[in-house]
Amino acid sequence: MPISISAKKTRNEFVRRVEEISGQNLHLCYQCGMCSGNCPMFFAMDLLPRQIMHLVQLGLEVEIAKSKTIWLCASCLTCTVRCPRGVDLAKVMEALRLITLRKNIDYVEPSKIPVETLAKLPQIALVSSFRKLTA
Amino acid sequence: MSKKEAKGAAVETAPKVVEKLIPVYAMGRRYEVPEGLTIMKAMEYAGFKYIRGCGCRGGICGACSTVYRKPGDYHLYVGLACQTVVEPDMYLAQIPFYPANRAGYKLEELEPAPEEIFKLYPEVFRCVACNSCTKVCPMDVQVMDVIAAIKRGDIAKAATLSFDCIQCGLCASRCMGELPQYHIAQLARRLYGSKIVPRADHLSEAVEAVSEGKYNKMLQELMGMSIEDLKILYQEREIEPEIAGEDWQPAEKNYL
Amino acid sequence: MNLSYYPGCTLKTKAKNLEDSALASMSALGVNLVELPRWNCCGTVYSLADDDLVHHLASIRSLIRVKEEGNNKVVTLCSFCYNTLKRANLLMKNDPEKRDTINSFMGEEEDYKGEVDVVHLLEILRDEIGWEGITEKIKLPLQGLKLAPYYGRTLLRPGEIAIDQPESPTILHQLLEALGATVVDFPAATQCCGSYQVVSNPDNVLECAWNILSSAQRRGAEAVVTSCPLCDYNLSQRQEELGQRYSQFRAMPILYFTQLLALSLGLGPEVCRFDLNYVDPRPLLESKKLI
Repeated sequence: MPISISAKKTRNEFVRRVEEISGQNLHLCYQCGMCSGNCPMFFAMDLLPRQIMHLVQLGLEVEIAKSKTIWLCASCLTCTVRCPRGVDLAKVMEALRLITLRKNIDYVEPSKIPVETLAKLPQIALVSSFRKLTA
Repeated sequence: MSKKEAKGAAVETAPKVVEKLIPVYAMGRRYEVPEGLTIMKAMEYAGFKYIRGCGCRGGICGACSTVYRKPGDYHLYVGLACQTVVEPDMYLAQIPFYPANRAGYKLEELEPAPEEIFKLYPEVFRCVACNSCTKVCPMDVQVMDVIAAIKRGDIAKAATLSFDCIQCGLCASRCMGELPQYHIAQLARRLYGSKIVPRADHLSEAVEAVSEGKYNKMLQELMGMSIEDLKILYQEREIEPEIAGEDWQPAEKNYL
Repeated sequence: MNLSYYPGCTLKTKAKNLEDSALASMSALGVNLVELPRWNCCGTVYSLADDDLVHHLASIRSLIRVKEEGNNKVVTLCSFCYNTLKRANLLMKNDPEKRDTINSFMGEEEDYKGEVDVVHLLEILRDEIGWEGITEKIKLPLQGLKLAPYYGRTLLRPGEIAIDQPESPTILHQLLEALGATVVDFPAATQCCGSYQVVSNPDNVLECAWNILSSAQRRGAEAVVTSCPLCDYNLSQRQEELGQRYSQFRAMPILYFTQLLALSLGLGPEVCRFDLNYVDPRPLLESKKLI
């Protein structure tokens, strides 16, 4: 399916918002792929971190929303510390998640977690999961 | 002094009842109410009739929680309407009820473990320690600390810290994480009181004595007596003196 | 020496083995870890959004509690707590605008400017006691025990809070050597265990666990050493399933570094609470004549 790219999109409200929340200069990324190569969750992702970064640069909010990648990120910061351009990709991922979460749309639903799991999980797992993935 | 003059003098020297009226704003509308009344009485003076949001009128049932502001002050103040005295230009609203998640459970089936609370109220982990709950509590309960204790599994601490809670619901109304703090704390207190706190031995012994029928004969006797005999018995009962030592014993020891 | 100690929520319930062995071994080394009388959950993760201040409050409040006790240093055992507290602390030290807004919002607390230092127990062991200082006190060297030190990510990333060199850290290696064990280096030592994804996508975490554990196993490790309760949970919880999925996988105990420290200091296995480890390490330790 053709995706339309235009100057209007690359400077749209979505891109501005991502830059504002993440504090990152998205145009520093030159698509080297270091982030994708180091991501421990790469095997589960439909689009790799590098590709998400490219979509963000192009302002393609809809394409990003179709992908599950940002929700599989574990905030391990490996991409951040290894990026040769100093782009904090973990912050970009967080900004992308927050744009959805702040619309009061949850990714994790606390009440749907099986009770046996709630009893077994260490508290840090639940607190961090709810902080990162609930509205 | 003539009768008329005396009456006139009496009228002049009698203190005049002065009603100083001050303005308060209930739900945005201005009313003039007498100074010195509680919010509840002031609202009734203004013509409100309470069919909700009013209960014991004694500061303990939690029905009349009120949120108010003062002019030129951005802070939110809280109080119980039946206890808080009106101030000039008070800007208030009552919150008789706030919807909060209340999990269903059977207390008998729960273990005295924090995991039971996590299972019923997983939203407890959404607390971000913003402290809005503590700031809005009319009973000065350290609500944030209660939730912190529960998150780390300390039921005893949560129960003790939340002892003064009157279940008014204001904490839940301000909570960023949408937690029902007062329901969570109540579960902690119920688990603590029914399953964790050690039982008092003398109480268990007394209960056992009652179940074994120690007092049955006595009760039967009393129930068989006439009203006049009961009255005499009551009036002639032995009363423990006000200043009695630890080892005071009644003269009639049969019933001990 | 008395040190202010911040436990974190998990240590009081699901990681009692980490806390008990830590308190006992530090006491044997002459350090008294004094728990803060009042503290709340640190918040576990540091918010990565530039415009988010409220998610830092939890950490900052706990740091203010340390300051209220008159202490300028606080020790944590849980690596997750370490990371969050330290990053929040740096924010309060370095960003005046955010610091002022946060202090103003928390009007009921005293102002905080990052006066407290946040350290992880491993730093205390390396910097205040020293490896020789520990080796001197060893009663039971962990001879013959092949251990793979697993750092995870919270102790090393981002660079400004790292307790050691992020790409090739050695602090845990050095501790285990000081305890007399055989240290097995392996490439996945700093790879993330999957963290909070265990709640939303547990199968991905299982795959991460496989990547890490199989790497350690291929290098000949018999057990993995960690410092974080979530790493412990993620790596240990479903080892049976891994065994079913991958025929070459052998169950691998995950141990806290404090348990090994306590054992080698001769404090006995009871205080180490090996019974609470998800994969029982006692058969392995018995085979090495360590218990």
